[in-house]
Amino acid sequence: MSNLIIRDLVKTYGKTEVLHAINLEVQAGEFVVFVGPSGCGKSTTLRLVAGLEEVTSGEIEISGRVVNNLEPKDRDIAMVFQNYAIYPHMTVRKNIGFGLRASKMPRAEKDKRIEEIAEILGMTDLLSRKPNQLSGGQRQRVAIGRAMVRDPAVFLFDEPLSNLDAQLRTQMRLEIKKLHQRVGATIVFVTHDQVEAMTMADRIVIMKDGHIQQIGTPAQVYHTPANAFVAGFIGSPSMNMLSGEVSDGRVTLDGGGTLDMPGLPGGTRRITLGVRPDDLHPVDGHGLIQGPVTVREPLGHETLIYVGAGSGEIIAKADGRTPPPVGANVSLGAAPENVHLFDPETGAALR
Amino acid sequence: MAATDDIRPTSSGLFASTSAKRRANMGQFIRWMILMLLGIAMVMPIVYMISTSLKWPHEIYDVSLIPKEPHLENYTFVLEDGRFYGWFMNSLIIAVITTVSNVIFDSLVGYTLCKFRFPGRYIVFIAILSTLMIPTEMLVIPWYLMSQSFGWLDTHWGIMFPGLMTAFGTFLMKQFFETVPDDFIEAARIDGLNELQIWWTVAMPLVRPALAALAIFVFLGNWTAFIWPLIVTNSWDMYTLPVGLSTFADEADVAWELVMTGAAISTIPTLVVFLIFQRFIIRGVVMAGLKG
Repeated sequence: MSNLIIRDLVKTYGKTEVLHAINLEVQAGEFVVFVGPSGCGKSTTLRLVAGLEEVTSGEIEISGRVVNNLEPKDRDIAMVFQNYAIYPHMTVRKNIGFGLRASKMPRAEKDKRIEEIAEILGMTDLLSRKPNQLSGGQRQRVAIGRAMVRDPAVFLFDEPLSNLDAQLRTQMRLEIKKLHQRVGATIVFVTHDQVEAMTMADRIVIMKDGHIQQIGTPAQVYHTPANAFVAGFIGSPSMNMLSGEVSDGRVTLDGGGTLDMPGLPGGTRRITLGVRPDDLHPVDGHGLIQGPVTVREPLGHETLIYVGAGSGEIIAKADGRTPPPVGANVSLGAAPENVHLFDPETGAALR
Repeated sequence: MAATDDIRPTSSGLFASTSAKRRANMGQFIRWMILMLLGIAMVMPIVYMISTSLKWPHEIYDVSLIPKEPHLENYTFVLEDGRFYGWFMNSLIIAVITTVSNVIFDSLVGYTLCKFRFPGRYIVFIAILSTLMIPTEMLVIPWYLMSQSFGWLDTHWGIMFPGLMTAFGTFLMKQFFETVPDDFIEAARIDGLNELQIWWTVAMPLVRPALAALAIFVFLGNWTAFIWPLIVTNSWDMYTLPVGLSTFADEADVAWELVMTGAAISTIPTLVVFLIFQRFIIRGVVMAGLKG
């Protein structure tokens, strides 16, 4: 059963169309992450779902009800903001209980609910504190508690971790994921950080310029990217992109390297070849790319090497113990199954 | 050179710090002196007012600050004069109602202009701001004609109505509401509050420092207002304190000791208002609910 369905959603500001017919179905209990560069429309989509912006055309359905014309409070959603937006003049208890103000629940039941939430979030001792006595992570937890207390059909998170420092962000990421597993809520989460998307999501929605580029599980978008944009956006460091030509099952790069890829359709055409640094290693003999090592970045168990190839700098992974020295000429190779081919014009994946 | 410095870091550091300290002390001393002089300049009129209120009439043109025979007769006289009490109450009623009205309506309009997008918003804002350029003296005649046609002459309402909302207050509140992030308002909207509730329970507490400042300005302004109350009132009963006090002066003589006594008593409410609201000004809490 779907908790949230978005059909042909379009949003325009004045004459500028910022969202172009978005379609998405989110299943009950699913954790969906919207990711993309800034200005791609991910936050706008979330705000449309929340009812903070008006839909230009298309439909949003939550729990089987079209909510286009409903007020945010009637949509059965809760939202956690980037800036937390917890009220500084209220205690943690009041902040968490704020969403229940309008409900007709008896007082004792409300208190019980607030305490349950505080228990889940590990904030029981902090209920009487004011926000200025809390750390950043605790404030964010209060914001999450305020959303949880209403038990909404869909939780909306608008880049909730981007104001936290790196360590806290990793920790909160884990906490939110655990929380999701524990309460089984439907979550739509917006972020610009692909690591956050990969680690938390059941499914990732990758957006660019108001279009959905691909929807899929983290493994799908990583291993079978729908186009060159997705391939480059997901994964760190980014996928290397090289231009070349394919002819009768053999790829020839502009730099001269070749790779046999059995199973390609016949004929000759231009392609962009994509290969992740993880899949590109120094090899003996004639590989895909040749060039001198310009920079080494040791990461411990492996070393990133930057290789100056004719078309630009290529990143590859070498052994952590015996990486090639800077200046050495190396030959880099990849297994055919780890290589992606894209149409150089449209960027669409060819394989 | 570098080597010597390395060998005796403590002694040279000590020397450097004492001379730097001496210079800092000197600077501090000069700053304190200037502040003291300014402070004295500000306190002098108040001291002089209180001193005069304790003098006998024959002593008031004596510039000495300490009365030769201090006494409280002036206070007894002013307080026992029934008119003073009436003027005091008139002023209090007008200042309190006007203050409450300004705090509510200025912030309502300021909030609307700041947080809602509607056609003509900019024009409304400019229209409100432009009234700031019109001096009171120019408005007094239209106000008077209005009061006359509405039958408001010589009433509390007549004294109050021009000041129930001010362009300045609206502008001040609009600027302060700009500092309230939209996230707060949107969060409250999702939590099911209506727009009036959002304004009252979320936005207003976040601009408390501005409200306190506005309350002090408006209260002081109305408490000391003179021209308009003088024009719109014509019976002794309706006079406000400043207008009433001015009647202690006639063509022949000014009873300075009584004027000063009335003025001294009339500063008490302004002090009270200031003491109540100043702590809100100092405590700015807006940012605590956002990122650290």
